[in-house]
Amino acid sequence: MLHIVACIKQVPDTKVIKMNPKTNTMDRRTAPAILNPYDAHAVEEAVRLRERYGGKVSVLTMGPPPAVKAIKKCIEIGADEGYLITDRRFAGADTLATSYALTKALNKISKENPVDLIICGKMSIDGDTGQVGPGIARRLDIPPLTSVNKVVEINKEEKKAIVHRKLEDGYEVVQSTLPCLFSVEKTINEVPYAPFPNMLKAAKYNPYIWSVDDLEDVDIKQLGLKGSPTIVSKVWAPPKPEGGTMLEGNRQEQVEQLLSILLKKKELFTIKGES
Amino acid sequence: MSEKFDAIVVGAGPAGISCAHDLAKGGAHVLLLERGEYPGSKNVMGGVLYRKMMEDIIPEFYKEAPLERPIVEQKFMMMDKESAVTFSYKGMEWGKEPYNNFTVLRAKFDQWFADKAVQQGAILINETVVLECIVENGKVVGVRTDRPNGDVYADVVVLADGVNSLLAQSLGFHKEYRPDEVALATMEILKLDKKVIEDRFNLEDNQGCTIELFGDATKGILGTGFLYTNKDTLSIGVGTLLSGLIKHKIKPYELLEYVKSHPMIRTLIQGSEPQEYLAHLIPEGGYHSMGRIVGDGVIVIGDASQLVNAIHREGSNLAMTSGRLAAETILLAKEAGDFTEKTLDHYRVRLLDGFVGQDMKKYKDSTHHFDQNPHYFDQYIPMLNRAASQMFTVDGQSKWEKQKKIWKDLGSPKEKMKMARDMYRAWKVVK
Repeated sequence: MLHIVACIKQVPDTKVIKMNPKTNTMDRRTAPAILNPYDAHAVEEAVRLRERYGGKVSVLTMGPPPAVKAIKKCIEIGADEGYLITDRRFAGADTLATSYALTKALNKISKENPVDLIICGKMSIDGDTGQVGPGIARRLDIPPLTSVNKVVEINKEEKKAIVHRKLEDGYEVVQSTLPCLFSVEKTINEVPYAPFPNMLKAAKYNPYIWSVDDLEDVDIKQLGLKGSPTIVSKVWAPPKPEGGTMLEGNRQEQVEQLLSILLKKKELFTIKGES
Repeated sequence: MSEKFDAIVVGAGPAGISCAHDLAKGGAHVLLLERGEYPGSKNVMGGVLYRKMMEDIIPEFYKEAPLERPIVEQKFMMMDKESAVTFSYKGMEWGKEPYNNFTVLRAKFDQWFADKAVQQGAILINETVVLECIVENGKVVGVRTDRPNGDVYADVVVLADGVNSLLAQSLGFHKEYRPDEVALATMEILKLDKKVIEDRFNLEDNQGCTIELFGDATKGILGTGFLYTNKDTLSIGVGTLLSGLIKHKIKPYELLEYVKSHPMIRTLIQGSEPQEYLAHLIPEGGYHSMGRIVGDGVIVIGDASQLVNAIHREGSNLAMTSGRLAAETILLAKEAGDFTEKTLDHYRVRLLDGFVGQDMKKYKDSTHHFDQNPHYFDQYIPMLNRAASQMFTVDGQSKWEKQKKIWKDLGSPKEKMKMARDMYRAWKVVK
């Protein structure tokens, strides 16, 4: 029986978020809070492994009280339990402080029911760093396996896991000891339309909610803003893509036009005879 | 089989939420299903929420609900191309408790209202579409959703799935509505500084006004436009019968653009930024278009049962009252352990005996009458404007002369007779 914990995050939907042009920060009121899309795949993979090997899927998140909604979303996907750590003292955490707080919560979860595997999404769409997963692994002193694109085998008795890690030009097969931590690619699975019984369970579900005081052995200095050495010096919105050119005519004509445009790009090609 | 509920309410709009709220409050095990991402995400109305019917469900809701502004002034503009005759009522009694009505933004308000139902114990599931009612031996026993393992069972299914209720239609409760039974409303929410709104509309902080637009606002097509003040936005829209849009070959957004650029409106919305664009159908067939609303194990409420009073732009209040009465009936049925049509018919009787039925009956011929007689909008309103212009323009002509001209403008004796008859008929259909 595997115990898998998926670490998830509630994020503003960056597809619709607007930037405040004056302060150059994200105007969070303009975007609904959603479950980080990468994390949905992490939870889905955990649920699939549970179907394969039996066991239990827990989800863990740190965030303000409304983050309960993100946990419920995970219950819809098929998670069994959810844990939210929420406290003003966690606020303003960067990836270092976040991985610290999550590790403390994982320790507490592990005490009740030892954790065999932790799965994170590759990164959050609002921070884009991908550091929290490896940060947790480092703090727990377990192997982090990033860019996981396929889980070949988990064997609890032999304490081993075999996965495919996505590389730029293919993938590598990696074997690790258990427990370990995966951070997974979006391509690892497809999250299906949740079945009705899961929706019903999620609608009624109340997750465990812990404050700093519920966790053990916590160094307050390592939490929240105080525990965050990261300094954001500047944030800016990427420039909007320019319009581009529409090619017209039949396919043949379009190809010819395209070729002539490409050939004229000096930075792409050097034509013989020209310097 | 998943767990069985006392009631399943399909659709989290004002009708469905009211019903689910009161059912849960009465101790029933109730499931509220919504197809949108959250309640309100797909719901549209001009924006007037009526205090009385809402208070019948949640007393003193205005102390905590996300409302925009209490309405202290209601204006009616009879518009011609470059003029308008306006009358209005403004009263300070509407600006204090218990208030008369409020402007609201549905995306916010419906979420809050649904939360209230959940607090009472209703179970809300979003992003789930009900495909059909499950019928066994002629009795509705549950619904089939679009999700895997998606069948759910209950003693009663309440259809609050809005205008065009496909679920009621597939039960054979009503036919597909004709284009002259539904209106298409399009609206925009325009961002405008709070202070500017208050200056422009002559309002104090926490006061709002509504302006209803007739005549040229809809280019003479049967329908109305509206402009409502929210906290820091304006809601502007126009709704006309679908048949009118088809007949005049006008696209709804063209009509909205026309209203926005009208000289009587342009200055009021100047400098605002469009924030949202919304469109929705409104059931306006009235009493004659109402289909069956009760069956074995099933009740139809709100827009799904055509409960809209188009003349008074009321709908959400009728919806709430229908939801409340449906809940009351279901709780009685639960006590009796009988969910047949005979017991549930209590809802229909209560609804039709109360103000909802009375108003539906009072205006039962009005939409049809005005639809068949477009000259009320495209002739009489311009005439009224010309008369006002004539009478109030000081140009050296005597007032007697002016009155004569106005009288002449009304047309030949035969046309005057027709007009008198039309006024009488208009009076009759709304009296």
